[in-house]
Amino acid sequence: MANTYVAIQTVTVGSGGSSTIGFTSIPATYTDLHLLLSLRTTGVGSSVGSIGQITFNSTTSGYSLKDVYGQSGGEGSGAFTFATTYIPTGRDDNATQTASTFSNCSVYITNYANTNNKSVFLDAVNESNSATAHSMAFMSALWSNSATINAITITSGDGNYVQYSSATLYGIKNS
Amino acid sequence: MPATYEPISTTTLGTAVNAVNIGSIPSTYTDLRLIYKAINISSQDSVLINFNGDTANNYSSTILGGNGTASGSERRSSVPYIIVTNNYVNLLDGMGIFDFMNYANTTTVKSVLMRSGNAANSVTASSGLWLGTSAITSINLRNGGAFTFGIGSIFTLYGIKAA
Repeated sequence: MANTYVAIQTVTVGSGGSSTIGFTSIPATYTDLHLLLSLRTTGVGSSVGSIGQITFNSTTSGYSLKDVYGQSGGEGSGAFTFATTYIPTGRDDNATQTASTFSNCSVYITNYANTNNKSVFLDAVNESNSATAHSMAFMSALWSNSATINAITITSGDGNYVQYSSATLYGIKNS
Repeated sequence: MPATYEPISTTTLGTAVNAVNIGSIPSTYTDLRLIYKAINISSQDSVLINFNGDTANNYSSTILGGNGTASGSERRSSVPYIIVTNNYVNLLDGMGIFDFMNYANTTTVKSVLMRSGNAANSVTASSGLWLGTSAITSINLRNGGAFTFGIGSIFTLYGIKAA
């Protein structure tokens, strides 16, 4: 039987850093997409980490979400619901946090190539060797748009993504 | 490289229904993953799971959820279903990712990890347990009330092999 969980592309940030990581010309031949992120930024704006921004097809409208989060010893819901022009990556490790720590985020996108609105589920965590500078969250997001997703952009919310930050996009077929 | 992540079945709804049954699940995989995209669910209620037609009080669940304002958790035990979502969730246009571990063994009871929600109402992470020791051969996903999964909703079951 054919392999149905296929690595489409991996992007790794080079030594100069980059404010964005992107995928273009995503084929419409899969059922779902799974994006795995490992990120660290040069930002210093928040000791808990920077909020990266995921957008589809270079569009900055139509996003909504609900979240549950835990960070700095607290927990709740609504930490990211302000985001309507992008889907947050959770919080990316940044320059205020333990050296060489990279955040992790799993982004599962269902039926990205059909004409329905696109449902997305995210699990995100940024760890550091600190009592307070860490977070985790899970989110259910929606992109209210009927277009096939053919491009994904991850934009740093503070500073640039550092060398070795990476993103891998997988395609999953249901037949 | 051998394929270790394979689609077993896909159900795309041509009519609105309040339950989806995935049967004839082979025992040849290590784990199962169910992905669904639910469209136009008719009203707010819970989503429930049964295995192999067992509707006795052999299930328990723990739910952690949030609605954008508050978070909370809930526990159900010795009930006739695994509850995926409860008051936190209205799956008007949402999705779920369920992982069934070691589903085919005939020695241990079965557990499932679940992620589900939609952006309009809420999101949950939950776990479930079925006290059955049979291999899981069917999964019934249904609502706890009268609502329906709408036309175009898609349910796909994948099998995952450890080797």
